[in-house]
Amino acid sequence: MKVLSIALNTFRENLRDKLLYNLLVFALLLIGSSLLLMRLTLGEFHRLLLDVGLGSINIFGVLIAIFVGIGLVNKEIEKKTIYTIVSKPVARYQFLVGKYLGLTLTLLVNTLIMAGGLLLVLFAQAVPIESMLFKALGLIFMEFMVITAVALLYSTFTSATLSAIFTLATYVIGHLTADLKTFGEKMDEGMRAVVTGLYYILPNLERFNLKGNVIHHIEVPGTDLLLIVVYGLTYVAFLLMAASLIFQRRDFR
Amino acid sequence: MLPVTDHVVQIENIRKVFRVGFWGRRVTAVDQLSLDVRRGEVFGFLGPNGAGKTTTLKMLMGLIYPTSGQAKIFGHLVGDPAAKAKLGFLPESPYFYDYLTSREFLNFYGHLFGLWGVRLNKRVDELLELVGMSHAKDLQLRKFSKGMLQRVGIAQALINDPELVVLDEPMSGLDPIGRKEVRDLIFRLKESGKTVMFSSHILHDAELLCDRVAMIMKGRLVACGQVSELIQQGATQEVEMVIDRLSPEGLEHLRVLATKVVLNGERVMVVLSNQRQVDESLEVIRAAHAKLVSLTPHKASLEDLFIREANGVQSPVEARV
Ligand SMILES: Nc1ncnc2c1ncn2[C@@H]1O[C@H](COP(=O)(O)OP(=O)(O)O)[C@@H](O)[C@H]1O
Repeated sequence: MKVLSIALNTFRENLRDKLLYNLLVFALLLIGSSLLLMRLTLGEFHRLLLDVGLGSINIFGVLIAIFVGIGLVNKEIEKKTIYTIVSKPVARYQFLVGKYLGLTLTLLVNTLIMAGGLLLVLFAQAVPIESMLFKALGLIFMEFMVITAVALLYSTFTSATLSAIFTLATYVIGHLTADLKTFGEKMDEGMRAVVTGLYYILPNLERFNLKGNVIHHIEVPGTDLLLIVVYGLTYVAFLLMAASLIFQRRDFR
Repeated sequence: MLPVTDHVVQIENIRKVFRVGFWGRRVTAVDQLSLDVRRGEVFGFLGPNGAGKTTTLKMLMGLIYPTSGQAKIFGHLVGDPAAKAKLGFLPESPYFYDYLTSREFLNFYGHLFGLWGVRLNKRVDELLELVGMSHAKDLQLRKFSKGMLQRVGIAQALINDPELVVLDEPMSGLDPIGRKEVRDLIFRLKESGKTVMFSSHILHDAELLCDRVAMIMKGRLVACGQVSELIQQGATQEVEMVIDRLSPEGLEHLRVLATKVVLNGERVMVVLSNQRQVDESLEVIRAAHAKLVSLTPHKASLEDLFIREANGVQSPVEARV
């Protein structure tokens, strides 16, 4: 119940924050206009519409996750709101999980709005809409959940700016982990261990990317989808646990 | 079973060392502090800025961890949910959630104590009434003045009807009317049987309000006890004398005798620190045929104690290790 109250409170705060709307409106305008313009300039536009559309939703969602996410903990400490919450019978991990769920809810709403925008454009351009598209959108949201947890983890021990940079870096590297592995194989012993370690620790975000499947109409077996979701949720759980451990020992000063 | 104790707060040899800057320089913010707060009293936690008051209160609230020593609230170690359930806390100059209205804000804190529905609504209305904010129920907090924020902050601290209310600098940044309102509120809390501990660097407030006070400087306890006792303790009973038509010889004599002499045209003001000085001054005045305009005993206050202690404490707080 406490976790839920904190989550809903966070969600409500987010909903009333202008920053979020600005980001969202910006994203919709950009996605919409680029998709509509594309028709005039390019031939193979069905494919490109899907490619650019899903790609933009991914990028903007991640930006929203980072900008709103890093502020979650730091802002609470700066404004001393956390003082009043932690001095009440609320465990620190409950606070953290509540904040996480609240932001996830915010992101869910954002994703739905952006997805709605994309569907409208696709419909207007008479692109056939297949079920694969919804699976892809679902996994994009799963990726947001992972990124938010990453941002939360960083923000339990560094400043807002550093968390933003680290999270962005994690996002970029997370999409390159496959390359990371091949890259590591070409290195000498010591470096290879480091790179392989990174490969296993960092989230493999490419797993959540079904853009290619949508564009080329390749089905993904249900069990594979399930595995990916389980992977995502497990990863989030570990991140939240790590964040809680750090948060528990931290001085609020 | 709950430990039976009349000591609501017990702080034992608590110490907090911060590491600051790139090199991790150690700063001792609170040093071997011990004190207790008893049930039903208003306890003032006094000291100049940077004395370590906030640091101590944060340790009591479980926001930062002591380097050594321990503190208990209602016999439970700090941070125990059982202690937190009976506690209310107002941080120093808080800001809270900008986009919530005061009602939503208080509802949220109520939920954290498992209060919902009609009971919570009633409680929130009562509290907004108590702190005089009923008119701003549906206004977002970002539109509030500092005084208004302070009041919803206090309401927030009282949401669970706590037995112990801890306020960090509740009167700082408020105008005289706001300060009086906070003082009245603290009185009312005391009347309803609550224990109140608040920190302040404004001694006047404490003098009016507190049953007992502790004074800390540079992280160390320098005095603790009833206000009246502390004021008496070693206080020099100064007397202020105003004299007219004093002859130059008389003036010279008084300059030697008095603690302080101030000339204001024809008028002389002298400060005397003990009975002997007073007696001798009176004789000088009589001999010089001067006119004694007034003789006022200087009422000792916490301020004097404060200044006396401040001059006394020169222990180094920062140590490089
Ligand atoms: N987060 C912190 N990091 C480093 N030093 C701190 C921190 N907080 C307080 N201090 C130091 O501890 C001392 C006490 O500060 P504080 O408890 O805020 O005093 P007060 O509340 O009495 O004004 C000061 O010297 C301050 O510089």
